Amino acid sequence: MANTPTPRVRVPSQAKVGELIEIKSLISHDMESGFRKDADGKVIPRKIITKFTAAFNGKVVFQADWNPSISANPYQSFFYKVAEAGEFTFAWKDDDGSEYNAKNKITVT
Amino acid sequence: MEKDRFTVSRRDALLGALVAGFAAALAPNLAFADVGAVEAELKKLFGDKKPAEGKIKLDIPEIAENGLVVPVNIEVESPMTDADYVKAVHVFADGNPLPGVVSYHFTPACGKASAATRMRLAQTQNIICVAEMSNGSLFSAKANVKVTIGGCGG
Repeated sequence: MANTPTPRVRVPSQAKVGELIEIKSLISHDMESGFRKDADGKVIPRKIITKFTAAFNGKVVFQADWNPSISANPYQSFFYKVAEAGEFTFAWKDDDGSEYNAKNKITVT
Repeated sequence: MEKDRFTVSRRDALLGALVAGFAAALAPNLAFADVGAVEAELKKLFGDKKPAEGKIKLDIPEIAENGLVVPVNIEVESPMTDADYVKAVHVFADGNPLPGVVSYHFTPACGKASAATRMRLAQTQNIICVAEMSNGSLFSAKANVKVTIGGCGG
């Protein structure tokens, strides 16, 4: 892929303690499955994101292991019960070793 | 007319070519995963333990027009406390070249064992979802999805 993958995450910026919030994430990535062939009949090498990790204040709260069956531009949503103010860090690990990151702050009201 | 029996008519030759072509077109399907492959994956993860039915809500469209993007939403009933929570949820597709779709790892901090993503489906097939609880018990759910256009590319 020509462009570098751009992550986009939607996290509420404010929440009450004990509130259940939904976090939605999207990253632009081809998720090349390794099963497709190009015009010459050659197999296009696999290149997918294999791991999505969400951590809050440094502690991992949710992980997803993706396989080639995950669609291009993978979307992932999950829930989190707010206990304190802090920062979410998101990481996407690529087959080629590169990692894409995003951060979001939550304040408690 | 006796000798005609051994000569190949043009129609027969065409038919033969057609059948051979079909066989060649179907051959790659043999490489696809099947129910056995999912069972093998489950055995690798959990050994001989058999999952029970229930506790999982598997939300997938019955008919997927585009196999490239099929939304899949799972929700597992659980209080999500430190003592009792959903540890992991695995989603499998028995008609894809590789049966594994996604594995989620939850923590009690999630508050709710629910997650949604989008997957590719090569053909009409079953989706199998297995949840692993913190006490080691297993639950599973199954749903059939009809796929109009497969999503694996040539």
